[in-house]
Amino acid sequence: MLWTDYAWPTIVIVLQIMAIIVPLLVAVAYLTYAERKVMGAMQMRQGPMTVGPFGLLQPLADGLKLLTKETIIPSGSSRLVFVLAPMMTFFLSLVAWAVIPFDDGMVLADINVGVLYLFAISSLGVYGIIMAGWASNSKYAFLGALRSAAQMVSYEVSIGLVMITVLLVVGSLNLTDVVTAERPLLIQILLLPMLVIFFVSTLAETNRHPFDLPEGESEITGGFMVEYSSMTYALFFLGEYANMILMSAMTTILFLGGWLPPFGLDIPPLNWIPGPIWFAAKIALCLFVFIWVRATLPRFRYDQLMRLGWKVFLPISLLWVVLISGLLVAFDWLPA
Amino acid sequence: MIVQALAFYLFAGIAIAASVMVIASRNPVHSVLFLIMAFFNSAALFVLLGAEFLAMVLIVVYVGAVAVLFLFVVMMLDVNFAKLREGFQNYLPIGGLIGLILLVELIFVVGAWIVVPEADLVARNPVPADPEITNTEALGRILYTDYVYLFQVSGLILLVAMIGAIVLTLRQRSGVRRQNVEHQLARRREDSVAIARVDTGKGV
Repeated sequence: MLWTDYAWPTIVIVLQIMAIIVPLLVAVAYLTYAERKVMGAMQMRQGPMTVGPFGLLQPLADGLKLLTKETIIPSGSSRLVFVLAPMMTFFLSLVAWAVIPFDDGMVLADINVGVLYLFAISSLGVYGIIMAGWASNSKYAFLGALRSAAQMVSYEVSIGLVMITVLLVVGSLNLTDVVTAERPLLIQILLLPMLVIFFVSTLAETNRHPFDLPEGESEITGGFMVEYSSMTYALFFLGEYANMILMSAMTTILFLGGWLPPFGLDIPPLNWIPGPIWFAAKIALCLFVFIWVRATLPRFRYDQLMRLGWKVFLPISLLWVVLISGLLVAFDWLPA
Repeated sequence: MIVQALAFYLFAGIAIAASVMVIASRNPVHSVLFLIMAFFNSAALFVLLGAEFLAMVLIVVYVGAVAVLFLFVVMMLDVNFAKLREGFQNYLPIGGLIGLILLVELIFVVGAWIVVPEADLVARNPVPADPEITNTEALGRILYTDYVYLFQVSGLILLVAMIGAIVLTLRQRSGVRRQNVEHQLARRREDSVAIARVDTGKGV
C-alpha cells in the first residue's frame, strides 16, 4: 500500500523530471556552443575550434573551468541572499518545464492553468537578479538590478496582453489545448504581428541583446553579475540560457504550433517525423533568431527601451485584444 | 489523504512563520523577501484547495508585480528604521486597537459559521461541483454575470488610482530636450546631407 500509493509514483515522477532536466542541461551547454559558432560565422571568425572535434567539447571545458574556481563572497554582502539569488534564477528556469508539452500527452504536469503557470514563473525571474544586485552591496550590481526590475515589469505587460489574444482564440489555459485548437486563417494572419511583439518582449524578458541593459558591460561592467564568480556565476549563466530555451518553447507553443508539422501540413513525409523532433526544431529556429539578433543589433538606450515597451507595444497589443475579440464575436469563431 | 494534510500543515506553518518574520526582521529588504515567501505559501494552500487559478493569479499579481515594486522602493529609499521605531510607545494604543478590531471581526466570521450553517457551505465550497468545469471558467461565469457591475466598478477604481498616480507625479520641466522619434524618422537624406566639392587647402 505504501509502496504502490506513494513510493512508486514518487520514483516515476523523479525519473520523468530527470528525463526533462538532463536533455535540457545538455541543450543549454550546446546552446552556448551554438551561439559562439553562429556568431563566429556571422562575424567571419571560426568560433571555438580547439577543444575536441570542431570544438564540440568546449562547453564541458568551460563548465569544468568554472567549477574549479574559487567562490568569492564579498565581505560587505548579505551572505544568504547573495548565495540564494543565483540558485533561484537557475531553479526558476527549470521548474517552468513541468508544464511544457513535448508531444500530445507528453507532459509532466498537464494542469488546467498551464499558461498562467508559465507567466507566473517567468515573472518571478526578476527576483534572482534584483536579489543579486542588492546582496552584492555594489553600485554597479545595484544599478543593473534596478534596470532589470523596471525592464522586466514593463515587458511583462505586453507579454501578458499577447497571451490574452492567443487565449481568446484558443479558449483554454491548458498548453496542450493551445497547440491543438483550431485557428481560422484570418486570425492566424492577424496573430503574426503579435508573434513579433511577443518575440521582442521575450528578448527583453530574458535580458538578451539588444535589451541586455542589466548587464551593460560598457557602462556598468556586467551589472548584477559583477561580484559573482565560479559556480554562482555559472548558475546565472545556465539560468539565462535555460530561460532562452524556455521562452522559445513558449513562442513555439503559442504561435508556431508546438509539436505539429509546420503550416498545418499533416501530410506523409512531414507527419512521419515524431512530434518532439518538430518541437525541438522549432525551438532551435527561435534560438537561432535570438543569436542572430545578438550578432546584428546594437544595444538600446534605456529610455528607448521603456518607450518601446510602454508607448509602442502596450497600445498595439491592447488594440489587438479588442480587434481579435471583435472578430471572434462577429464571425462566431469563439471557442465553445 | 495524509500527504495532503502534511502538505497543508507544512505550507500553513511556513506561511505563518514567514508572516511573523515580516514584522520581526530588522532589515526591511528581508521583510519583503519574507512577505514573498508568505505569498508563495498562501498560493500553495490555494492549490491544495483546488483553486489553481487563484493560486496563479496570486503569484502573478502579488509576487510578480506588487512585491517587485515594493522591493524596488524599499531598496531605493534610504529610510532610517531606527528612527521610525522610536515612536513605538506612542503608536501602541492605536495599533493595539486596530489589532483588537481585526480579532473581533475574525471571531465574528468564525462565529457566523457556527450560528448560520448555510454560510459554512458557501465558505467551504471553492471547487465547482461539476468536475467538467475548470475553476477558471467557474469564476468567469460568476464574475461576468451576477457581479458584472461590481467588477466594472472595481476596474474603474483601479483606473482612477492609476490616473491619480500619473497626475501626481507628472511634471513638465522646461529646457529639456526630448527625443522626437517621428521627427527623426521623417528625416530624409536630402534634408541633412549635402555633398560639397572642396578645393584642397581652401576649406568650405
